[in-house]
Amino acid sequence: MKTIKLLAFVITAGVFASSCNKSSDAVVTTYYQTQDQMGRPAINTVFNVAATDKDAFNVTPPSAQGAAFQAKFQARLLALYPGYTTNGLGLTAAGFTGVLATDVLTASTTAPTTFYDGTNVLTGRKLDDDVIDVELTLIFGGPNALTGAPMNVGLISDHVNGNDKAFLATFPYVAAPW
Amino acid sequence: MKRKKILIAAIVAAAITTGGIIYAADHIDTPAVTGQSTDITDLYVFQGQNTANMVFVANTQGLLAPGSTGAAKFDENTVIEFNIDNNGDAVEDLVIQCKYDAASNKMQVYGPVKPSETGTRSKLEGTVTAETTVTPYGGTLATGTGGGLQVFAGPRDDPFFFDLNQFKKILAGTAGNFNNPGTDAFAGTNVMSVVVEVPKSLLGAQTSGTFANKVNVWLEAKKKI
Repeated sequence: MKTIKLLAFVITAGVFASSCNKSSDAVVTTYYQTQDQMGRPAINTVFNVAATDKDAFNVTPPSAQGAAFQAKFQARLLALYPGYTTNGLGLTAAGFTGVLATDVLTASTTAPTTFYDGTNVLTGRKLDDDVIDVELTLIFGGPNALTGAPMNVGLISDHVNGNDKAFLATFPYVAAPW
Repeated sequence: MKRKKILIAAIVAAAITTGGIIYAADHIDTPAVTGQSTDITDLYVFQGQNTANMVFVANTQGLLAPGSTGAAKFDENTVIEFNIDNNGDAVEDLVIQCKYDAASNKMQVYGPVKPSETGTRSKLEGTVTAETTVTPYGGTLATGTGGGLQVFAGPRDDPFFFDLNQFKKILAGTAGNFNNPGTDAFAGTNVMSVVVEVPKSLLGAQTSGTFANKVNVWLEAKKKI
């Protein structure tokens, strides 16, 4: 009898304990799921054509983007500029789109920040960097684009060379709203 | 009383339904996140005025006209997350997470911290490192500090400049070249901006090897699920 009571107690305690566990499991962790992402500017805009690709690119981790998108990016690059051989950085179509498809912004923790300043290449992105001209030059400018002999001169600059408001020298750097 | 309850139930049901449709539209339809609080416009990463720091800028909710900027808000259900890879494998080693708290009207920053899981699903990691009151449109600049970080959140001028419309014409084959001068499609528009300045020493950059003194950064906007 005593044993049974004890057993019953143990079972009850066990049930109680497990229900306790359940209730603590019920304290749900809040998770957040990626809807949009970017590294370098305008990559998704320029290199993905199909809406489904644009959406998929936005939710593919960068470490998986190369395998999923490099071939599509290469086809897109050659559609934009069928005469592409190499660009000013000496990258072939496969090499260039291999870099671009993994959409991360590489920044240096020691060198001055610039998207491209003639010496430093992709050490981050400053507010006033003319990133579009750099990208257009690397897409359309041909192998000698950075040494004074670009191809497609009508396509390597949008001739918008700066922002419409001055940036701040101090935090938070971005200009007050219009 | 009953009517009020029914009305509330109807509103809640409608909200859930709407949320469901938006969610489906994000994944199936296009453009996925346009007009949403998760719509990223730009990422900037640069050395700070104090060169011992790096500055991370996340801009969202683009093309806000001045007249509609005052009504623009951060969303409590969105996490704006800077992902930092410091060994060159394009997998995040650290995250800086920014989440708006509506009750206090503050942008709260978590990290930089090693995330408990990598990839497209995240939870808030650890406790708030720094926070700031959101600067109101036309109001006095508010910033906050904590853990060596400095934080800003609020509407700002969109720093991006691009003759997007001419580029679209070129892509469509209706124009052969850019114009000179071009027309900045982003002139006179605002974004909802989050700026976090972080000591470089917290970024875990390697000191030797092929990925020395570098970080790969990407920005994600994540919605509560």
